[in-house]
Amino acid sequence: MSAPAVPLTDAPGSAARKRPRAAKPAKAPGAKPRVQHTGAILAFVLPFGTLFALFYLVPIGYAIYQSLLVIEREGTFGQATEVFGGLTQYILVFQNGPFWESITRVLAFGAVQVPIMLGLALLFALLLDSPLVRGKRFFRLAFFVPYAVPGVIAAIMWGYLYSPNLSPFRAVTENINFLSADLVLWAIANVVTWVFVGYNMLIIYSALLAIPTELYEAARLDGAGQLRIAWSVKIPLIMPAIILTAIFSIIGTLQLLAEPQVFRSFSSAVTSTFTPNLTVYSTSSIPNFNLAAAFSVVLALATFILSFTFLKFTQRKEAK
Amino acid sequence: MSTLTPTTPAKPARGIRSTEAKAPRAQRESPFARVSAMVVMGVFTIYFLVPIWWLLVAASKNRSQFNSTNPLWFADFSLFENIGNLVAYRDGVYLKWMLNSALYAGGGALVGTIIAGMCGYALAKYNFPGRELIFNVVLGGVLVPATALALPLFLIFSQISLTNTFWSVFLPSLVSPFGVYLSRIYASASVPDELIEAARLDGAGELRTFFTVSVRMMVPALVTVFLFQFVAIWNNFFLPLIMLRDETLFPVTLGLYAWNSQVNQIPVLRDYVLIGALLSIIPLIIIFLLLQRFWRNGLSAGSVK
Repeated sequence: MSAPAVPLTDAPGSAARKRPRAAKPAKAPGAKPRVQHTGAILAFVLPFGTLFALFYLVPIGYAIYQSLLVIEREGTFGQATEVFGGLTQYILVFQNGPFWESITRVLAFGAVQVPIMLGLALLFALLLDSPLVRGKRFFRLAFFVPYAVPGVIAAIMWGYLYSPNLSPFRAVTENINFLSADLVLWAIANVVTWVFVGYNMLIIYSALLAIPTELYEAARLDGAGQLRIAWSVKIPLIMPAIILTAIFSIIGTLQLLAEPQVFRSFSSAVTSTFTPNLTVYSTSSIPNFNLAAAFSVVLALATFILSFTFLKFTQRKEAK
Repeated sequence: MSTLTPTTPAKPARGIRSTEAKAPRAQRESPFARVSAMVVMGVFTIYFLVPIWWLLVAASKNRSQFNSTNPLWFADFSLFENIGNLVAYRDGVYLKWMLNSALYAGGGALVGTIIAGMCGYALAKYNFPGRELIFNVVLGGVLVPATALALPLFLIFSQISLTNTFWSVFLPSLVSPFGVYLSRIYASASVPDELIEAARLDGAGELRTFFTVSVRMMVPALVTVFLFQFVAIWNNFFLPLIMLRDETLFPVTLGLYAWNSQVNQIPVLRDYVLIGALLSIIPLIIIFLLLQRFWRNGLSAGSVK
């Protein structure tokens, strides 16, 4: 649309034109500016682009397609055929009590666990960045080590630590049953916190390291304490990093699967519809793929909307 | 410590090392603040490390001592004996799982990083129609969690009889939208246009310029992308869970999960789960230690934006 009417224009900022362009008059006024290095660009973009299309875009499309189908049978023992069912599956999703319970459960989980985890990560990052702590290298590493433990393994490990008969802290676990229906969600929250605090701490800490020192040298000379500097200088500057960690945490929370799935072998309180993703999994192993696909679509949409809203909301706040 | 005064000229941006060098300023902080900071760090060090310590101790005991001795201290040290038993169990299926994990995660992260780096570089350094559109679609991909894709991928793969194969887990793991995002940000900031221009004048092709010149400047970002993708694949659970039936294709996480769910029927598996869990976290710790100099620099690039 904005293509210049003058022919022979290159993309802005292109390399010096050495060769006089062959006299190829632009046929239409809508001729596009010529792109240089088209072959190279394709070679750079296509490998990722193809895989992204095949393993991201196509599955999303296919899930939506599957979610619009219903299975129809002729008689009780007749052949099952898939026919277009419109939004039938989505009506079932919205009528599905356990699914919405699981959504509420992970939202409650996120509302408590994410602030605790990020609050701790921020505190540790600020302490590592302050002159108050000695042995920064050691602490940085010690706090980060749990991130090297896969969620499944972390859940197995904590499952033993919580267990009333096998735990090394039996004095505690014999009196408080962390695997009971009331507490198991928070027991899982602790596992997730244990794994991810160090990771988030490092992202925030790297952002702190990127702040030029002179920005708070002035505040220091004015006599501001560490707490004051952290609150009024450092935290505002690293807000983008904190927002990034928050978005990844929100996504992770809605997707909870490995930890509760492992906990099912430790606690009967974790049902097959404990989290949205467990619902998807157990629905697909019935098998009821069309309903499972509808669950997947609703979950992905919810995740996208939630993280996107959060992003917009915080950006607007930043701008003020 | 030295007697550096706080008037040392401030550096434009602090490197990793310079923070340690600023220690002399600590003299100005109140002892109370310092002590409480160290107490907080100390308490949480216990919180983060005790579970792993317990795992190490538990994995070093034989079965009779597991419940009868102090759970946080060693009894007879039979760790290597236990490892031997684990490796011998069922014709070494555990080693097979570790190997599978290394292939899925190592191969997937390597190829994935190269293609994400190439794509991010092109988005940063070339002008072409649709560039912003591609970038925005990929950014949207960052927000679409991989687990949401596992089920549709399974349905597609079962149409073409590709479920329960190595490729059904390997191929989807190659895609890292976050890698493209980080590579683009980093390439914009750290690969100068003049350098690419100079390589062009020397007659190097675009691809050659990328692989010989630009890649070098992108190393911190690429190492970061590699590491995080490696961890993501190594930790991935839903995709293999839903795709794989054949035990010999399992990654180690899925294998240990399967054993852990059978502990009640086959009690000996409890020992193997604990030893296997310990062994499975060692490779990641080693990789993080070896590459930490690189990824710490790369991380900050992503968060600055």
